[in-house]
Amino acid sequence: MSPDLTLAAQSGQPAPAAPDLAPLAVRGLTVSYGETPAVFSVDASFAAGAMTAIVGPNGAGKSTLLKAALGVIPRLSGEVTIFGAPIDAARDRIAYVPQRASVDWDFPTTAIGVVLMGLYRKVGLIGRLTGAHRATALACLDRVGMAGFAERQIGQLSGGQQQRVFLARALAQEADLYLLDEPFAGVDAATEKAIIDVLKHLRDEGKSVACVHHDLATVRDYFDRVLFLNVRRVAEGPVETTFTAENLNAAYGGRLAATHIDELQLASA
Amino acid sequence: MESFLAALLLQAGYNAALVGIGAALLGFAAGAAGTFLFLRKRALVSDAVAHATLPGIGLAFIVLVALGGDGRNLIGLLAGSAVTAWIGLICVEWMARRTRLSEDAAIGAVLSVFFGIGIVLLTVIQTLGTGRQAGLEGFLLGSTAGMLFEDAVLIAIGGGFAVLATWLLRRPMTLVAFDPDYAAASGYDVRRIDIAIMALVMAVTVIGLKLVGLVLIVALLIIPPVTARFWTERAELVIWSAGALGAVSGYLGAAISASAPALPTGPIIVLVAAALFLFSLLFAPARGVAAALIGHRRFQVRVHRRQGLLALTREEPILEPYTLRLLTAEGLTRPDGVATEAGRAQAAKVARDEHRWEVARDIHQDAALTGRYDGLTPIEEVFTPDEIAEFDRRIGAPRAIEGPA
Repeated sequence: MSPDLTLAAQSGQPAPAAPDLAPLAVRGLTVSYGETPAVFSVDASFAAGAMTAIVGPNGAGKSTLLKAALGVIPRLSGEVTIFGAPIDAARDRIAYVPQRASVDWDFPTTAIGVVLMGLYRKVGLIGRLTGAHRATALACLDRVGMAGFAERQIGQLSGGQQQRVFLARALAQEADLYLLDEPFAGVDAATEKAIIDVLKHLRDEGKSVACVHHDLATVRDYFDRVLFLNVRRVAEGPVETTFTAENLNAAYGGRLAATHIDELQLASA
Repeated sequence: MESFLAALLLQAGYNAALVGIGAALLGFAAGAAGTFLFLRKRALVSDAVAHATLPGIGLAFIVLVALGGDGRNLIGLLAGSAVTAWIGLICVEWMARRTRLSEDAAIGAVLSVFFGIGIVLLTVIQTLGTGRQAGLEGFLLGSTAGMLFEDAVLIAIGGGFAVLATWLLRRPMTLVAFDPDYAAASGYDVRRIDIAIMALVMAVTVIGLKLVGLVLIVALLIIPPVTARFWTERAELVIWSAGALGAVSGYLGAAISASAPALPTGPIIVLVAAALFLFSLLFAPARGVAAALIGHRRFQVRVHRRQGLLALTREEPILEPYTLRLLTAEGLTRPDGVATEAGRAQAAKVARDEHRWEVARDIHQDAALTGRYDGLTPIEEVFTPDEIAEFDRRIGAPRAIEGPA
């Protein structure tokens, strides 16, 4: 009997890999449209109580990664766990803020109506939406500075205001993990500040936040961690050590001008 | 007129009363169940489903006769129509999902092919000995002549189930129609909810075959929700208003057709629904055509008012007579164009908001609101207080506006 086998016998069967208790962990995630992979064999694990930016060039599969992790689009292969549990057991712990473009803006609903949608799962099919639910929704609108617009039809709001309403809907879910798809795309400066304040507040409460993010200039100010993605995983880690010129070049494949990189407050590699 | 009133009060005979009640129930179910079809922007799928009922009716008749039963058994015919309608629906779904055909092409193909098969079957049945009196062509445009108590009960039960299911699924269906990505991320099965929407539509189509027929049932599914949409910005209210509008159309339409011998029930019901639609299109507040015209007029007034006030702040003469009349009528200028005290105060406010809008245009590069960056809508209605505070911070402290010397 070789020593190796003795060791294995003593410690019992080789233990299965400990379940990843991270708020969101994906292993070997692959998604493809036709025969072109949009996301290829990505392993990633988002840290608890942190704000993570998902960064990469256009078509890098950033939104696709989130959508596939959540089951919005089918995966070709790969595993997803939410706080160590399969996703369907953990739906109540996730709040998702989709891209604004995915919505029918002429739909008959108001700002508060959208926020109440965040409570549908909790209320169930036959439960009544009570005054208490409306109060919750209004409080969520207030947190994003939109309480005065509660009865406005959703299409009559500006892009930034619509984004705030979507964030309020996510807040109403009282989740532990917030996944946002380009929350700052096409919004005004005041909205950007309002959103980042709310997100930082969530983080300080111990919630986890991950955003698909396209503005490299703000990565350092807004986020704790960064995941570089370009179909494959390029790098992942704390902003201080991972947000480097090297990783940027690796993710963007030289599509960033050197002067642009110089302007970013990069970590010294 | 008397006969119309009699029909309206269910006094025009047993058959007319049954038809009236049945049509109202059917209208309610169709309006409510059709709402999500409309909100999901798949109205035309119902047309394919409706036309796909016809081969089922023909086949069911042949089977019933072959088994030695009564070929006109309504339940049997409707069951047959449901089967082929379902097949038609699956065909549309499959083509839209799995092939490169778009949904409208799939709808066109399924609609015409199934309808063609149905017509062939009906023609064949005509040549059978028993087929001659079957009256199956009544399912094309509906017929109320032979309406039985059992038929009304069938509509009541089927419609009741459809309304109950609509009520039960209203939240998931709202989510899917508004924001399918979010619905999927929340754990709802978007595909199954879409199928549920279509199954409801199919159920209403089948129970409505007898009364309004397969060609016109689509109108009862679509027109009431579209009409209701003019009146409310809340999805839940659209459902129940559409149901109410459908019920009113059904009841009124049945009463009108009962009051004169030559008026066909189904088409009259659809015409009543269309009249309600036309009225809403023209006169609904906020979304109607008249409201749009009035809104345009008010807009014109605001433009003139603002330009007049801005002219005052710049100490320029007001040249346009309409502007001057407007400001004078409001007591903001004297008839000779000199600003009053109130006019100067208003002008100062307009000038300040003008600065705020300038900053707003700088900050917001967002197409959705471009039309409202006009300096006409009070700025407080468009931006939140913190946004306005941000504009003011950029502008600096308020400045006094000089009155005309």
